[in-house]
Amino acid sequence: MKILVPVKRVVDYNVKVRVKADGSGVETQGVKMSMNPFDEIAVEEAVRLKEKGIATEIVAVSLGLANCAETIRTALAMGADRGILVETDVELQPLAVAKLLRAIVQKEQPGLVVMGKQAIDDDMNATGQMLAALLGWAQGTFASKVVIDGSKAVVTREVDGGLETVEIHLPAIVTTDLRLNEPRYASLPNIMKARKKPIETMKPADLGVDPAPRLTTVSVAEPPKRQAGVKLKSVAELVAKLKLEAKVI
Amino acid sequence: MTVLVLLDHEGSVIKQPSRSAVAAAMKLGEVHALVAGTNPEAAAAAAAIAGVAKVIVAGDVAYDHAMAEPLAALLVALAPGYTHLLAGSTAIGKNVMPRAAALLDVQPISDVAAVIDADTFIRPIYAGNALATVRSSDAIKVITVRAASFDPAPSEGGHAPIEAAAAVAIPSLSRFVSAELSKSERPELTAARVVISGGRGMQNGENFKLLDPIADLLGAAVGASRAAVDAGFVPNDYQVGQTGKIVAPDLYVAIGISGAIQHLAGMKDSKVIVAINKDEEAPIFQVADYGLVADLFTALPELADELARP
Ligand SMILES: Cc1cc2nc3c(=O)[nH]c(=O)nc-3n(C[C@H](O)[C@H](O)[C@H](O)COP(=O)(O)OP(=O)(O)OC[C@H]3O[C@@H](n4cnc5c(N)ncnc54)[C@H](O)[C@@H]3O)c2cc1C
Ligand SMILES: Nc1ncnc2c1ncn2[C@@H]1O[C@H](COP(=O)(O)O)[C@@H](O)[C@H]1O
Repeated sequence: MKILVPVKRVVDYNVKVRVKADGSGVETQGVKMSMNPFDEIAVEEAVRLKEKGIATEIVAVSLGLANCAETIRTALAMGADRGILVETDVELQPLAVAKLLRAIVQKEQPGLVVMGKQAIDDDMNATGQMLAALLGWAQGTFASKVVIDGSKAVVTREVDGGLETVEIHLPAIVTTDLRLNEPRYASLPNIMKARKKPIETMKPADLGVDPAPRLTTVSVAEPPKRQAGVKLKSVAELVAKLKLEAKVI
Repeated sequence: MTVLVLLDHEGSVIKQPSRSAVAAAMKLGEVHALVAGTNPEAAAAAAAIAGVAKVIVAGDVAYDHAMAEPLAALLVALAPGYTHLLAGSTAIGKNVMPRAAALLDVQPISDVAAVIDADTFIRPIYAGNALATVRSSDAIKVITVRAASFDPAPSEGGHAPIEAAAAVAIPSLSRFVSAELSKSERPELTAARVVISGGRGMQNGENFKLLDPIADLLGAAVGASRAAVDAGFVPNDYQVGQTGKIVAPDLYVAIGISGAIQHLAGMKDSKVIVAINKDEEAPIFQVADYGLVADLFTALPELADELARP
């Protein structure tokens, strides 16, 4: 079974993002970029399925600016076999990403697509569900466990009240939650090997997709800042403050 | 404009995030509520919500576990009558709404925190470090609503008529197997007036019991940081944060939590924040109204005693 893993290049999760002074977006110039953490988990899951002999090939796909190739290289160093870069400077929103990925899925015919539940930049939590819809496939979202069982996958999902298990027909989409696995670090020899793995580059037009955004960003603003309050000396003082000053208990 | 809101329901209860979605929908137009599944009590509960003008019931067992494939197909069948489709940003809303949106060729708008007008919404991005105002050019808007940002519509006061939805073909792609839900007598995290959360500083699951007497006295829900969940101290549904639950209670108490941005994203809209941490440099103190630099193992028993005092 071939597995497709979409990997997004995002501002690293440790960076404290700043809103641009003109309110047009957040500062990404000169900021550390990394693979979306949920996508690292997706790559790891695919690699483990390959190590178990269930997957035969892993294709990592990234969509965006030319430097998304670096994110694909990271996936290749973790164990993906080859990459596809869909290069565009158009702002990509989940609907466009899902349409581009559908076109790639139709060409590549994977048995499973494993992707992140959420990109930590746009926080949309949408693309996997949308790709599943466009393909008419089942979806196993927010997965904390995936078992491939012949023509089905049994997926344990993190839901509001705890965990839920569903069975989905393959081919299907799985989106990863934080506790699915712990991604490996790429070893130096594997980073070297990854340089030789192939990355195919294409444009949205090659896939017959118009990637134009449907949402216009009118403005981006800083959220209201919270002021640091007071440090108290004792538990008794804390309880007194909560009762008499804040009046919340 | 008429708005359809997909409700999360359990027995005779319409979940609070769904009532927040109703509140958001009321800013857009006439509100119809969709109850899917065979729950016999849910339709009447939906009809009683103040602000709901009509309840639509799709009483097929195929919807009983809120699986995304059948529910999205149902929403798509109902969509032509509506300008907006809404749901709370719950596990169900997040799973179903983007799927419905794609089938309608629409870009969904996730986790809306404010409604500006029929096309324009504010939503947090980058773990709440920025607020984006976005305008949709789609003919129909598909939206999940950040529950913490809208006071829920009251569960009493409405008298909406109840109507049955026409049957829709059920896709057979997926099957519900089982649920392993954590049982608790405490209020739900996203609905509680007080939340007390523990972090890695709690050291193990057993120590979370130190929070119990305090939660009992305050009627609080118990939450946790990701670190505490990953370490197995508590189940996954306790997680507060960017990728867990978003809460905005009157009082949030963070115990042994450092205050990473991903955690702050889930609680920084709380009215009053208290932090207890032994490290006075912990970033949680930058957002806390009241901070106590202390070892939690001495502070928690003291806090329980102090609160128990008449
Ligand atoms: C993609 C992604 C998503 C994430 N999503 C979330 C999320 O939704 N929610 C979330 O919480 N995190 C999330 N995180 C993780 C986040 O970055 C932090 O790692 C996590 O919040 C840290 O948890 P913590 O504060 O409990 O642990 P730590 O950072 O280890 O802090 C423990 C604190 O306990 C204090 N302490 C220790 N012992 C005591 C004692 N005896 N008495 C008093 N204080 C004590 C320490 O001083 C320290 O400040 C996410 C990370 C990533 C990469
Ligand atoms: N530009 C992109 N390139 C590759 N994968 C993407 C891209 N955008 C979204 N994805 C995938 O979709 C997931 C969810 O993203 P989102 O719906 O934006 O929160 C991510 O974790 C990725 O797996």
